[in-house]
Amino acid sequence: MTRFVVRRGISMVLVLFAISVLTFLIFQVIPNGDPAQRMAGRLSTPETVAAIRKTWGFDDPIWQQYLTTMKKIFTGEVISYTQQVNVLDQIKQDLPATLSLAIGAGIIWFVLGVLFGVLSALRAGHFTDRALTVLALVGVSTPVFLIGAVALYFLAFKVQLFPNGGYVPLTQDPVQWLSHMILPWLVLSVLFIGIYSRVLRSNLLDTMNEDYVRTARAKGISERRVLVRHVLRNSLIPIVSLWSLDFAAVIGGGAILTESVFNLHGVGQYAAESIQALDVPPVMVVVMLGAFAVVILSAITDVVFALLDPRIRLAG
Amino acid sequence: MTATADSTVRAGAPAGRGADTAAGLSPYRLGLRRLLRNKPALAFGALFLLIVVLCLCAPLYAKYVAHTGPNDNHVTETVTVGGVKHDVVSPTGQPIGPTWQGQFLLGADQNGRDIAVRLLYGGRNSLEVGFIATLLTMVLATIVGIVAGFFRGVVDGVLARVLDLIWAYPVVLLGIALGTSLALGGITIGPLDLQGNSLLVPAFIIGIVYIPYVAKPIRGQVLGLREQEFVDAARVGGAGPMRIMWSEILPNLSSTIIVFVPLMIANAILLEAALSYLGAGVQPPNPSWGTMIADGIRLIPSAMHLTFVPGAMLVLAVLGVNVFGDGVRDALDPRAKVRLEEHAEEASR
Repeated sequence: MTRFVVRRGISMVLVLFAISVLTFLIFQVIPNGDPAQRMAGRLSTPETVAAIRKTWGFDDPIWQQYLTTMKKIFTGEVISYTQQVNVLDQIKQDLPATLSLAIGAGIIWFVLGVLFGVLSALRAGHFTDRALTVLALVGVSTPVFLIGAVALYFLAFKVQLFPNGGYVPLTQDPVQWLSHMILPWLVLSVLFIGIYSRVLRSNLLDTMNEDYVRTARAKGISERRVLVRHVLRNSLIPIVSLWSLDFAAVIGGGAILTESVFNLHGVGQYAAESIQALDVPPVMVVVMLGAFAVVILSAITDVVFALLDPRIRLAG
Repeated sequence: MTATADSTVRAGAPAGRGADTAAGLSPYRLGLRRLLRNKPALAFGALFLLIVVLCLCAPLYAKYVAHTGPNDNHVTETVTVGGVKHDVVSPTGQPIGPTWQGQFLLGADQNGRDIAVRLLYGGRNSLEVGFIATLLTMVLATIVGIVAGFFRGVVDGVLARVLDLIWAYPVVLLGIALGTSLALGGITIGPLDLQGNSLLVPAFIIGIVYIPYVAKPIRGQVLGLREQEFVDAARVGGAGPMRIMWSEILPNLSSTIIVFVPLMIANAILLEAALSYLGAGVQPPNPSWGTMIADGIRLIPSAMHLTFVPGAMLVLAVLGVNVFGDGVRDALDPRAKVRLEEHAEEASR
């Protein structure tokens, strides 16, 4: 087990390093033109550009530039020149909204996804099953910002059931927090519920044909117990790993579309607004930290899985 | 893993019409036959085709019906509807809704531009980005997948790590990272010098982002194919690696590749919309479905047609190609591991 954790840890560090290099290349090296000019934003003076070139060391050799960039990101010195705001401070300020969205929606889509998946597997071909197929299809074909806009129009504007976007901190007013989060949670979850229930359904149907399930039945265990203990338990493994990856992506700013359509002021929306202002430093930091979050959380997931399932330890 | 399950009737197909048992037909003939029997898939495929044709006719519509271009402003002008003159954009900034006649068929936007014209031109851009991106993804992913799977060892190790690296980024985040940096600077790839506002920039970004999703399954399939007897036979016959990859392995991947194409078109169109919505895709004033939705979304309470018209078009196009793609998958490879849900999810968070 220790060996597995060490190996997984080393590979995680290597991927993190590679991500930092790739992100650096994407923002500072690959595009044409002067990186200092890009970073300064649209309304820049030659003095700012010169100052940026100096502090970011854009005249240095490329490995030196990489080190400077990383040092700036991790010591929290990156400043958005368009708004004159420290990027890391802004991200810290926006993190609670993103976490609220991710945790709430994560719970909803997991619970409902599993529930509907089981329902449609047990009643394959019936109404629930068909309805879920349609939901999954529409879900994967509709951009989340469109669902969000439609939901806001009907449920917040026409029928004033929910507030029209925005975020209220949990510590400030729990009731308001909840009423502001419900719509974003549901909208973000719709797609995942469709996907998860479809994946779980096919897993369940596959598992039901396994030999050990037949053995369990032959032993005379009640049908309910067979389903919960033998079938569901094994079918859930891929769902949980899928969930952890999606959850990590949402925390890492992947729910950028949901956040901006509901005006939640999360990390993703910070990136979105920075793009609209063509403000490069925040986008760079959010993208890198987001990818970091995904890699770290997926490493943690792997370790947890290895604890639970010895087969993974041996294969990995 | 060629299209082996030729003779298995697709699960759920009516048992009476056992045409699949006919001997002597090629796998593709059988697949086509199964596809033709799948009426919903055909209907949705036709819907997508209709949208493509309509969008291709955009210049004709603009010239002969609407008499305006996609980027022409008519803010200060008036339009006569049913004998009554209306402002295209009212003094309070309220754009006119659908008029159901040649000019401003679906209304105008806040700049007094004809929505219907922009919808068709925007569709042309969205589809163009989608098709080019898909082409790029499929070509590169097939090459990477075949090379990695065929040579294994170090080559495979390096390529697989690169794919994992791209996979580590949330799709939309990687898209906006590339989108933001390239929209500002443009990029030079060999002889190609792309300006930041070129349509090829989002197409290029989307094409790159999706490579792992196609390359990984192809690599897995090649790993199995290279051990087959016909590959040994070719090798004994004196064929070099290039020849084996090109004329022995590639043809056996064709059904997988065909199955992926509609899926990738749908995903590419969705990702284009997401990137354009965020301002990192198609650059204004160029219309695309994504930019139109982004422009309209702030005005939903007063002018919902600005958002819902391009939104509906986008959903219909993507739904059409998705359902059709599902049908193609069922027809060509009933046991395919490629599942719509598992691959499409990332694009639309």
